[in-house]
Amino acid sequence: MSLVLEAVRVRLAGRTLVGPLALTVADGETVTVMGPSGSGKSTLLDVVTGTLAPAFRAEGRVLLDGRDLAGLAPEQRGIGILFQDPMLFPHLSVGGNLAFGMPRRVRGRARRARIAAVLAEAGLEGLADRDPATLSGGQAARVALMRVLLAEPRALLLDEPFSRLDAALRARVRAFVFEHVEVRGLPTLLVTHDPEDARGRVVRIGGG
Amino acid sequence: MLRLFPPLTLALFLLPVAAGLLGTALPSLGWMPGAGGPAPTLAAWRALAAAPGLAESLALSLAIGLLSTVLSLALALTIAAGAQGTRLMAWVRRALAPLLALPHVAVALGLAFLLAPSGWIARLLSPWATGWTLPPDIATAPDPWGLAAVLALVLKETPYLLLMLLAALGQVRADRAVRVARTLGHGPGAAWVRVVLPQVYPLVRLPVYAVLAYGLSVVDVALVLAPATPGPLAVAVVRWLGDPDLAVRMQGAAGAVVQTGLVVLVIALWRGGEGVVARLAQPWLGAGPGSRAGRDRARRVGGTAALAAALPIAGLTALALAGMALWSLADSWFWPAPWPAALTLETWRRHLGEATWPLWTTVTVGLAATAAALVLALGTLEHERTRGLTPGRASEILLYVPLLVPQVGFLFGVQTVAALARLDGTWIGVVWSHLLFVLPYVFLALADPHRRLDPRWRRAAQGLGAGPWRVFGRVTVPLLLRPLLFAAAIGFAVSVAQYLPTLFLGAGRYPTLTTEAVALSAGGDRRVIGVHVFLQAALPLLVFAVALAVPRWLSRHRRGLQGGEAPP
Repeated sequence: MSLVLEAVRVRLAGRTLVGPLALTVADGETVTVMGPSGSGKSTLLDVVTGTLAPAFRAEGRVLLDGRDLAGLAPEQRGIGILFQDPMLFPHLSVGGNLAFGMPRRVRGRARRARIAAVLAEAGLEGLADRDPATLSGGQAARVALMRVLLAEPRALLLDEPFSRLDAALRARVRAFVFEHVEVRGLPTLLVTHDPEDARGRVVRIGGG
Repeated sequence: MLRLFPPLTLALFLLPVAAGLLGTALPSLGWMPGAGGPAPTLAAWRALAAAPGLAESLALSLAIGLLSTVLSLALALTIAAGAQGTRLMAWVRRALAPLLALPHVAVALGLAFLLAPSGWIARLLSPWATGWTLPPDIATAPDPWGLAAVLALVLKETPYLLLMLLAALGQVRADRAVRVARTLGHGPGAAWVRVVLPQVYPLVRLPVYAVLAYGLSVVDVALVLAPATPGPLAVAVVRWLGDPDLAVRMQGAAGAVVQTGLVVLVIALWRGGEGVVARLAQPWLGAGPGSRAGRDRARRVGGTAALAAALPIAGLTALALAGMALWSLADSWFWPAPWPAALTLETWRRHLGEATWPLWTTVTVGLAATAAALVLALGTLEHERTRGLTPGRASEILLYVPLLVPQVGFLFGVQTVAALARLDGTWIGVVWSHLLFVLPYVFLALADPHRRLDPRWRRAAQGLGAGPWRVFGRVTVPLLLRPLLFAAAIGFAVSVAQYLPTLFLGAGRYPTLTTEAVALSAGGDRRVIGVHVFLQAALPLLVFAVALAVPRWLSRHRRGLQGGEAPP
């Protein structure tokens, strides 16, 4: 079971931007796609999440646990993504953000307990009612990861998630992220331009 | 389903304009549903050419339109340039919303009392300063040259152009450009005119044309403040179009066509004038900075000029409305007393009852037109986003069409078409006619914030398993709540201010506060006018206050939303 990209290629107005690229990310494995800015790393992630802008044309197949993702809406794919910025919804509390992606079948008290549990896991006990704007950069990054994990994805994409953090914080957040990802055994695809963030197998694109 | 929005939006508001223009042009050639034969005749045009005072009407229209536009643009530019990067700017921004909210007619009626020979200004100065023991026998409001009407338009159009300028300034990063030019040795004002104005003017060109078209064809303000015989062309045309005699109506249709032609011609000449000004300014734009003394002087003058432009606009408007509010409470207020002898609620008690039906119509039509405009604008913008379309210049020009074509030029035709569809004199017909003018403003207010919203918000929500409706309801709308409500408030204010659409499509069955206020202005009972002006002004102000307060209250514990823009 795994995330598989088969001969994926993205074109814009006939010109090839990315690929063709083939790679397999096994459960619990992290693969890094590395390339300079503008090499189409984020576009590649858009193919996987199903949010490619209509002007682009994608070829090839993306398989998750053996299932072809073609034609599935982004919200039906079971693919979580972390961006450069934590993107915590500013109109919701920390708890509201965490609950946003949690499946409906977890209800009532169980729901609140689960939120409290992940907050404790992230070292953020009792912050469920806090305004996300009052969190520090490291706290927000941890909440963002926990929000993605609570949505129970079957694969995880990381879009330069550490690049906005300062050096000291960066190592800690990175360790936190990979610790949790590995515990859950998720196939993880990381894109970055920074060799320092690279992890696992490295695939280079765009002459980087 | 989103696919349906752009064509629906266009159909709902461009078809009526096109049909309306045709429905006005055909009667001018003698063809009208239910009257006249199929043979074209020029009788209406001959009658129009022979109409007494036509040349004076045209000249008055031209004077009011051109003068009000030139003055409003000059004042708006002075304020924007002078207040750039100063504390005055924050004050200006705060004053804009209430000034924009006020209907033209309310300002015009208030101004009529301020400026009249027996008006407030004369009362405050008499007899001690002027020596007048009786109101002087001079025509001030209306005056023979339409200057009072020009002033009323300037009070309303300057804030509108300023709002458009401020939005455009954000797009061209004016602060940075001025800083660069100043480090190269230019004074602040000169820097603004050299590096900001050439970038900003193209962005506010369409709003300027809209102001020009409005001033050239204004009816409601002209009925209150412009000379009546012969009156500006648009006023004469409306009078003819409402005549029971079919031949006079056809003459009115011909006049409406002339009015449209006048607007098109003047906008074309203005466009040509822009090119001439740009060419003449070319050598000066490239010239180096002036003398040091000149720069020092300019530095002192810039802020003062902005203040000198902004204060009279805010002050006169506030005074105009305060005067009418005072009249609505006045017991007796004889010349030349500066204040009423006593205050009473008697006028309100006696006349509030007759204002209830117009108030109800104003509110329901305004809410319905605004809601429809919000749905259409959001639907079109969401469609644009999912398709990854970048909005073109053409779509922006299409949006402005109802604002550039004079209302008298096509509303008669819209009425004719509506009559064929049995929509004239119905509530729906009035709402639809308001929608033509509400939609462009709502769309323009919403488009920028919607297009600027970081696409990662939606992607993050989708990655958490949220479907399209959940993303829209739980993420897009809450993040855009502030601009959404602001757009709604603008839409509502635009609807409240409509005069001609209500007149033509309502067929007298749906009077609003605005049509009532214009009707009352002829009677001259200042107490009753005061009641209507107060209601007419208070309603959109209240809506604006709510639109600003609700998001602030909802996000009182959410610091990330308080700056207006959502943080990443």
